[in-house]
Amino acid sequence: MARSQPAMTIIDKLWDAHAITTREDGQTLLFIDRHIVHEGSFHAFNQLRTRGATLARPDLTFGIADHYVPTRPASSAANTEAAGMIEQLERNAHEHGILSFGQFDQRQGIVHVAIPEQGLTLPGLSIVCGDSHTSTHGAFGAYAFGIGASEVAHVLMTQTLWQKRPKRMRIVVDGQLPAGTGAKDIALTIIARIGADGAQGHAIEYAGNAIAALSMEGRMTLCNLSIEAGGRLGLIAPDQTTFDYVRGRPFAPRGDDLARAIEDWRLLASDADAAFDREVVLDGREIAPVVTWGTSPEQAAPIDGSVPDPARMGDEHKAQAAREAIGYMDLRPGQALNEIQIDRVFIGSCTNSRIEDLRAAAAILTGRRSRVPGLVSPGSSAVKQQAEQEGLDRIFRDAGLEWVASGCSMCVGMNGDTVPAGERCASTTNRNFRGRQGRGSRTHLMSPAMVAAAAVAGHLVDSRLLARE
Amino acid sequence: MRPFTTMAALACKLAIDNIDTDQLIPARFMRRPRSEGYGNFLLHDLRFDADGASKPQFPLNDPKLSGCEVILAGRNFGCGSSREAAVYALADYGIRVVIASSFGDIFASNAVKNGVLPAHISEEDSERLLRADDLVAHRPLTIDLGAQTITVGNLVVTFAIDPVWKKQLLNGWDDIDMTRSEAGTIARFAEQDEIRRPWMKPAGVPPPTAPRGGKTR
Repeated sequence: MARSQPAMTIIDKLWDAHAITTREDGQTLLFIDRHIVHEGSFHAFNQLRTRGATLARPDLTFGIADHYVPTRPASSAANTEAAGMIEQLERNAHEHGILSFGQFDQRQGIVHVAIPEQGLTLPGLSIVCGDSHTSTHGAFGAYAFGIGASEVAHVLMTQTLWQKRPKRMRIVVDGQLPAGTGAKDIALTIIARIGADGAQGHAIEYAGNAIAALSMEGRMTLCNLSIEAGGRLGLIAPDQTTFDYVRGRPFAPRGDDLARAIEDWRLLASDADAAFDREVVLDGREIAPVVTWGTSPEQAAPIDGSVPDPARMGDEHKAQAAREAIGYMDLRPGQALNEIQIDRVFIGSCTNSRIEDLRAAAAILTGRRSRVPGLVSPGSSAVKQQAEQEGLDRIFRDAGLEWVASGCSMCVGMNGDTVPAGERCASTTNRNFRGRQGRGSRTHLMSPAMVAAAAVAGHLVDSRLLARE
Repeated sequence: MRPFTTMAALACKLAIDNIDTDQLIPARFMRRPRSEGYGNFLLHDLRFDADGASKPQFPLNDPKLSGCEVILAGRNFGCGSSREAAVYALADYGIRVVIASSFGDIFASNAVKNGVLPAHISEEDSERLLRADDLVAHRPLTIDLGAQTITVGNLVVTFAIDPVWKKQLLNGWDDIDMTRSEAGTIARFAEQDEIRRPWMKPAGVPPPTAPRGGKTR
């Protein structure tokens, strides 16, 4: 490319490509290429109704049921209410002429799993959804971020959003990851290092050869957790891995359109000398399996570590937060992490429910029994089908775990799948907040292999000790 | 939206870092229509025990703070889920200002859209405010959005706010009206963009799959 322009980051290239106009006050009106709505969008549709407004671009808007979808045959009153939420989405989709993947559509799934699978997530796009984990789609080199209900209403009515250009942050991970570690461990390592608000106000580009070596599944896991580091979005420049994933998917461009698109997508990568506002560098060789011990994703440590002693923490704020977290989690300062007994496990959520995640968990569970009950919920109906073709469902069932339908399930508990009060769950999800998986629940975040290993051992344990050659 | 200029109000101290939106409103309450009011759900599981009884030790339940309109929080307030219901709960409870040393990005944006001011202060000022005698004595503080100041007794601290958000809050402006005035520009952009990126639009919509009739999930 002829270099008459200053060097640019991928973040700025994507921003400029979607900037319609910029006001004097610095706010830019961005064009939105994909808007995904789910059950929680009813507030926004109600705002639309109040204003008597119509949908600007039904062709760029897609519906999907995920948060309230029952993962097991519905029976309880909670599930009746959940069914109402799903029906409400269907009614809104129908009324406004939106294609929607409802509960019984074969394309249904968690928005951040199913939408990429359908080829609706593409490099170079701007993508929004009323769900903070929309940052997941940045794995494709898309400008993807979560929005609130008022913003959902704004996009429905105008297909645009007013935004302020974010600061740019680059997180570089070079060096080959040790065997048995992956994207979840990279993400938790970053969050533990920079803090749960470490990337606030920033868009993050992940770069380096450890990132380039990740599969699309791993990249989605990493970008998914950008929000847990406080970032509004995280992304990775598209490359051959991305193009290979997109090719042939139902809604993806085909033929000449695809060839032209790929030409365009190759230009998205940050220029070699582009400047970032902040840079963090990690050595991939030093990444270990990480678990959280507290109630914020930043309260995490390698599995061979221990619960910190607040008395020895320099920062009084952090010490106080640690004291409260340790109290809620019912742990002891200095307790070895691999001694923490668990009551149940959950494998699923938009972070870790893709086929690769299920394979990693199944590899540990093959021929073994779980000491605790647990749920395995694939991220989409398509992942469920593929896992069953590969026989993974049988491995989970033989281990004593429940194999259920796809949805957000026990990550957020809106569909009735919750962790009972006081119980401790080893979980592949993204949030260990107090009560996140149900009132009084205690959550330890970790990778699918680590959850599987915890299930077998009955306590947190380094999954590498259970890995088979 | 009601404009926000200055106010004097009682402030409740919630000196906890990382109060996430799951705390602000647990997910199970989010099925309710907004018209029912979300105020009772604010910080529900911290305010009430499992039997629904009020926890007397929780600051928001202090009778001296009844009618408080300000929350003084720790670092990273409103992190986590993008649920705007967290702001509905605050707004419906009567909270008009949250003071914190940092905010979850989506939360802060949601707050402004509902007329709630996210007042961003430094960590040092946060410590100062938390220790301020007047706040300890439950006396009101004053917030002046125009001057970007918080006054408690003799203590004055300044807060940061995005200038656009400030303007919106001061005037009670709504984004949507502002965007509608750009309709022509948006249409021209979309037209040119379709030429520039013909591959952007979803490819031919595949035939809808047969519903998994009768199958129980």
